[in-house]
Amino acid sequence: MLKLSRRRMLTLTGSGLVALAGSRHLVRPARAAGRITVLNWQGYGTDERWAVEAFTEATGIEVVHDYFNSEAEMLTKLRTNPGVYDVVLINSARSQQAAGEGLLMPVDLANYPNAEGLAPSLRENEYLKTDGELYGVAWVWGMNSLAIRDGMEAPTSYAALAAPEFRNKVALFDDAVTMVGLGALLSGQDMNDPSDMAAVVEKLKEMKPNVRLLWSSEDQWNKAFSAGEFDLSIYWSGAAVRSQKTFDLPLQFVVPEEGAIGWLDSFSIPATSQNPDEAAQFIDYMIDPGFYTKWAIEVGAPASANAAAMEALPEDNLIRQIHDPEYLETMTLMAPLPDDRRETFNNAWQEVKAFYAS
Amino acid sequence: MPAEAGAAGAPATTRFRPPPWLATAALLLPSYAWLTLAVLLPLGTMFAFSFLEATPLGNRPVEWTLRHYRAFHDQPYLLGVAWTSLSIGLWTTAICAVVGFATALALVRATAGRSRETLLILLLLPFWTNGLVRVFSWTMVIRGGGFLDVAARSVWPDAPSLGFLYTQPAIVLGLVHGYLPYMVLTCYIALLAIDDAVIEAAMSLGARWPTILFRILVPLAMPGLVTGAILIFVPVIGAFMEPRILGGRVGVTMGTVIEDQFTQAFNWPLGSALAFTMLAVVLGVFATFSGVLRRTAQA
Repeated sequence: MLKLSRRRMLTLTGSGLVALAGSRHLVRPARAAGRITVLNWQGYGTDERWAVEAFTEATGIEVVHDYFNSEAEMLTKLRTNPGVYDVVLINSARSQQAAGEGLLMPVDLANYPNAEGLAPSLRENEYLKTDGELYGVAWVWGMNSLAIRDGMEAPTSYAALAAPEFRNKVALFDDAVTMVGLGALLSGQDMNDPSDMAAVVEKLKEMKPNVRLLWSSEDQWNKAFSAGEFDLSIYWSGAAVRSQKTFDLPLQFVVPEEGAIGWLDSFSIPATSQNPDEAAQFIDYMIDPGFYTKWAIEVGAPASANAAAMEALPEDNLIRQIHDPEYLETMTLMAPLPDDRRETFNNAWQEVKAFYAS
Repeated sequence: MPAEAGAAGAPATTRFRPPPWLATAALLLPSYAWLTLAVLLPLGTMFAFSFLEATPLGNRPVEWTLRHYRAFHDQPYLLGVAWTSLSIGLWTTAICAVVGFATALALVRATAGRSRETLLILLLLPFWTNGLVRVFSWTMVIRGGGFLDVAARSVWPDAPSLGFLYTQPAIVLGLVHGYLPYMVLTCYIALLAIDDAVIEAAMSLGARWPTILFRILVPLAMPGLVTGAILIFVPVIGAFMEPRILGGRVGVTMGTVIEDQFTQAFNWPLGSALAFTMLAVVLGVFATFSGVLRRTAQA
């Protein structure tokens, strides 16, 4: 009884302050107050029970979730359900598309106390901006780069994937965007828009004598690596943490001089949100070092975009060790791809795969 | 037969009798309704998709094109992929035919009564396990240093590795395991229908077992073999799970290319155009051989 009244008290003070903050919020429908709907992948941080409970306890804002199974579905849900969602997770490669369609509202980082700690290159990332305005708050990131068996010399370039000493000892990621990006980096081109596709295909075809396996799931990777089928592979940074921590696999995650292929997930507020201020509070909580360290240590998480949160992790934490902030300097983020380019990428990778098989 | 039909058609009573076509239609209606709903509708949609410029989701404008049907021309490596699929299909079907026929023959000839039923059940038991589990268990057996190697080295410690995971034979092995029961069942039913007296007659005329096998059993069981072959060949050339898991680098087939278009590339039109092209090829193969098969079956 006491707890309930305290929470209610907080809600009342909270909404009172919010009402004072701006007059436009006075016309906000009362039914939606104190409750936000988050649209995210299932099991991706925001729906951790302890986190939601702690947030509600602290702010009085209730959090409900809806999930999507693909980015296309996420966009469809935003388009067809105006006013339903208050927080949405968007990959940086999709932000501009969503903002361009008018689905998001601009964010002002001044409303996010924790945004101060965000790594500058992620906080002001060009892909989170549309027409110079910021539409997303960087949340977590990761890399696709090289994993090599412990005790072997760390390669300084992706060219090692085609080097003769790794004959029949290489695994590649069966993903067109990553692999074409890799071929572009190797042929000195823009990873997201290579002008000379033939050179990309050429570079990838050179790896044929080395390629043992094209992996598509973490489980497949772990089984084949522990069976000694390959020594060098393109791998996800987050999966590299899990393979070492959970399965004790002897590997080292290496980012060569060309830099990693990176991804960034961010939170945005839909343009039609009825509770943008509560949504901002939730997003700020998501980039809070306290939330992140608990999520990372107890559950396992990608690297936080918040440098302060990464530094709050223990020195010997694998997530922290692998996601060295200096990699952010050389990392290229996967960009939004127009349909025709995506198709070109897919056809090029399909052609390389057929060449590997022949 | 004609006598019976005449009796049914005779105006023996004055009660209303629905015309025969109505009864037939009524009996067929549920299955055709189901087929329309579950097969024709989705297939028709996919067929329509194959003429679209891009996957019709979101607020994309609908544009029609024929270019996806040019894929084999624009991306000539697909011809090699299609040939891989066809050869995997032919190998799988051939091995299934030999092994399945032999198994069915053994079941029908060498056993009787209850033990036959038990054997049949035992044969089909693996079929009830999940396909993914079966394929993954093969990876443990045939990978270098897997169970196969362990077994070989327990006999001969210096044996070279017998592992053949990530090769075309590995794919065929997985597919044979998955589809063999179809062949066993169709051959079993065909062989069961052969009268023992036919074989006894042949033996009494001095026919040896190869003669009995190739002149009597195989021709008489041909409908079973053909049905089994069709049941196996068609899904096998579209298979993508076995090539992906057992084939590794070499596991690029039409099945995986089409699957990639749907799951990774998000290019449904190209995926369905490829699928319908393959369907046309399969129908072409059957049309070419159907005459031959029918003649053999009747011989």
